[in-house]
Amino acid sequence: MSARTRSERKLAWMLCAPAVIAMLAVTAYPIVYAVALSVQQVDLRFPEEGGFVGLDNYTAVLGSQLWWTDFFNTVFIMVTTVAIELVLGMAIALVMHRAIFGRGVVRTAVLIPYGIITVVAAFAWQFAFSPDSGFVNNLPLISDEMDWFGGRFSSFAVIIMAEVWKTTPFMALLLLAGLVTIDNQLYEAAKVDGASAWQRFTRITLPLMKPAILVALLFRSLDAFRVFDTIFIMTRGAQDTESVSILGFNQLISRLNLGLGSAVSVLIFICVFAIAFLFVKGFGTKLEEGRPGA
Amino acid sequence: MAEIVLDGITKVFPDGYEAVKDMNLDIADGEFMILVGPSGCGKSTALRMIAGLEDISEGELKIGDRVVNDLAPKDRDIAMVFQNYALYPHMTVRENMGFALKLAGVDKGEINSKVEEAARTLDLEQHLDRRPANLSGGQRQRVAMGRAIVRDPRAFLMDEPLSNLDAKLRVQMRTEVARLQTKLETTTVYVTHDQTEAMTLGDRVAVMRAGVLQQVATPAELYDNPKNLFVAGFIGSPAMNFMPGEVSGGKVKLPIGEADLSEEIGRGHDGQVVAGLRPESFEDAELIGDLANERGIVFEAEIDLVESLGSDLFAYFHVESEGVQSDQLADVIADRLEETGVPEQREGQEQLVARLEPTSKVKRRDTAKLWADTAKLHLFDPESGENLTGSGRGDQS
Amino acid sequence: MERGNRDYALWSIGIVLVLIFALVPVLWLISVSLKPPEAVTDGRFIPSEFSLDNYKSLFEGGIDDSPFIKPLINSIGIALITTVIAITLAAFTAYAIARLEFPGKRLILAGALAIAMFPPISTVGPLFDMWRALGLYDTWLGLIIPYLTFSLPLAIYVLVAFFREIPWELEQAAQVDGATPFQAFTKVIVPLAAPGVFTAAILVFIFAWNDFLFAISLTSSDASRTVPAALAFFTGESSFTQPTGSIAAAAVVVTVPIIVFVLFFQRRIVAGLTSGAVKG
Repeated sequence: MSARTRSERKLAWMLCAPAVIAMLAVTAYPIVYAVALSVQQVDLRFPEEGGFVGLDNYTAVLGSQLWWTDFFNTVFIMVTTVAIELVLGMAIALVMHRAIFGRGVVRTAVLIPYGIITVVAAFAWQFAFSPDSGFVNNLPLISDEMDWFGGRFSSFAVIIMAEVWKTTPFMALLLLAGLVTIDNQLYEAAKVDGASAWQRFTRITLPLMKPAILVALLFRSLDAFRVFDTIFIMTRGAQDTESVSILGFNQLISRLNLGLGSAVSVLIFICVFAIAFLFVKGFGTKLEEGRPGA
Repeated sequence: MAEIVLDGITKVFPDGYEAVKDMNLDIADGEFMILVGPSGCGKSTALRMIAGLEDISEGELKIGDRVVNDLAPKDRDIAMVFQNYALYPHMTVRENMGFALKLAGVDKGEINSKVEEAARTLDLEQHLDRRPANLSGGQRQRVAMGRAIVRDPRAFLMDEPLSNLDAKLRVQMRTEVARLQTKLETTTVYVTHDQTEAMTLGDRVAVMRAGVLQQVATPAELYDNPKNLFVAGFIGSPAMNFMPGEVSGGKVKLPIGEADLSEEIGRGHDGQVVAGLRPESFEDAELIGDLANERGIVFEAEIDLVESLGSDLFAYFHVESEGVQSDQLADVIADRLEETGVPEQREGQEQLVARLEPTSKVKRRDTAKLWADTAKLHLFDPESGENLTGSGRGDQS
Repeated sequence: MERGNRDYALWSIGIVLVLIFALVPVLWLISVSLKPPEAVTDGRFIPSEFSLDNYKSLFEGGIDDSPFIKPLINSIGIALITTVIAITLAAFTAYAIARLEFPGKRLILAGALAIAMFPPISTVGPLFDMWRALGLYDTWLGLIIPYLTFSLPLAIYVLVAFFREIPWELEQAAQVDGATPFQAFTKVIVPLAAPGVFTAAILVFIFAWNDFLFAISLTSSDASRTVPAALAFFTGESSFTQPTGSIAAAAVVVTVPIIVFVLFFQRRIVAGLTSGAVKG
């Protein structure tokens, strides 16, 4: 190895070091710490008690109805929002791709949900659907008395709508990135070959977009699994709409039960990892073409 | 198999740009018709209108006996070979070639046999199950052609299919394309900007410029009887030499000398003209013997540059000249300048090229004695660019 | 392949639909914020009368007592500092990855990706504990650090994608033309890198501005509570009324600048978000 290569490497590592340290400091160490906490009984309300309890926290969590309800909620929200976003996002991506004019307008419109604070968006939707101050109940076809946040699945409906609104644009952008890589002449060739618009979409567009779609699905699923802000604002988890992240938060911050809370955190981590694994190994998502989400 | 008729075809784009202006062209059944011209002349647009990929603003397009203006591409029964081949990257060669038939609902066995047959013709058999990304440029080009052949359409439309190949491959594929068309006898419309391709491939060639059809004729006709300055300067390589001329009393005065005009040429065209003489019409005066006495002009010129190609010798020289006032000529020169970036004119001089026998001994900086065969002279009207010689035999649209 | 008018009409409809989709919630918030406090519950989309009372109540009490001013300052300050630091660190890293040869390149990129997929909730517990021990609880730094961690992957990816597009030979060409290495860097490379850096900065800022989980977990008072967290704890006129009006007003105050921002920089933002996926 020449001296020049050596010095180049040294420079490179030095340049990367600060960022790497910053990234690891708040992830590698805490996750190890979380695992450590999870196998102890650490309740800050009762600081005198404590000590190693092995897998007791985990059995408590996995044995509790609440965990499984929340798990179901989270998966339900994840699957529904991602499915809707995929369809809507694809539609918006197509509009953005073929816009003859007004591209800037569409792009701005699409980025507004992206730029808005999630909490703000959650409030907006909550107000809209609230029985007293909201306008939705005053719309035709909707009962004036409808108590959206009084029931489980109606609450889910609003939560899902808010989530979809907030993140469909991002999905649209990820899909758009895949759309633009398709050579326009392929469509012309397909036209000459006799393909209808629908056939062009299903036989040319979709297959060629498969990598981009998988990446988009992966990132959105991971994001969706971590849903927190919207539910917190809208229902605080009431009506059995709690997600696993809220469960974790409640245990950790509200109840200061770091042991149980950490167990929940670690379980969430494992789930997220499993989803990523499923996508990369199972569906063959190519991450080199991927983008980390917002 | 069908004939294609363009009747007053015009294309105006939404922003007002007129890409094709009132084009009239009859393409016979089984004919190989070339559309040639510089970039932006409208040839690709015309082709795309025939294909149905562009709307026709005005005029009528007939394929076979049917007016097809409003038919979608798939209903016109035509096949197209794109400049960048447009092969479906996610399909194998076999699937690429069979795509159209699959869409048409043709039964699987038939698709296979047709694909295999086309693959045999194009020597693609061992590549059938590979993807385009793994093929070379020449192979991809053949797959694109195969995709067109398999459909047995009424016409082939080809949009500069060879321009992405390297020079040597291009020459090879040129003969392949010609051979294929002869064998299949399918009407073919072929677009190119390369006049060499146009001259070697076509039954007839349509020269276009700025959306207007200049002349339609066989390659030989275009070469011998170009209808106007533009066609004369476009066809032939190296391009025709242009210089100012003054006609009076049956003679023409050129920067290189004076010459008699034969009966056909120059009758009643007194005044300023643009004279055109191809490099092939020059020769080293030392080598022509008695011919110099029969006709033509012998003159002296300082040789600027000599290109020796083994089979030919190109001598670049200049003569004193005041230039000629001609917008048409100025346009042609400007076009050439844009395409090649090489300026042709200097003040007070005319830069000319002569093609000499390889045995000529002229060298750079020599003052050589050259002979110009004025029987091959073309005279053009400086204002309109029209060819004043010949008698309009050159247009066969 | 234009079919002329029919296409225009269809796409116009498409664009209008997209616009409606994007703007309805925003317009709704603006509408609620402009309603006089008593009319907040009238359920109308367009207010019957307009009033700025909600906005006034936000700023009542000056810096110390207003429910909104301190959090706003916290948000702006923390987001800005995070952005500056994140961009600097990411730029160094991206420069190294795009320009230099060294082992571990792919590892860093893979690691960044892994962090982007990480559930922040899993770090909240330990951070809560650690910060309390270190005295970082309820401080600006206490939020800036996790923000850095989770925004660095995004910044690195965007910057690497942009840096890869820079023709670095220009630096040498400039030196051949007589520039010192420093001049070459500042006069040639920096202007080329600026757009990418700007885009990455915008994305990081939006990320930091938006965070809620860390904000409510790692803060407990106005000292460092940011706007999203503060919004969740707004109180109304009395303990019985919903602070809907003030929340809406606060929401508008923090949203309208973002919209203006997005309007100006939409091209850059889209370029930044789509660059990685296209170029990898």
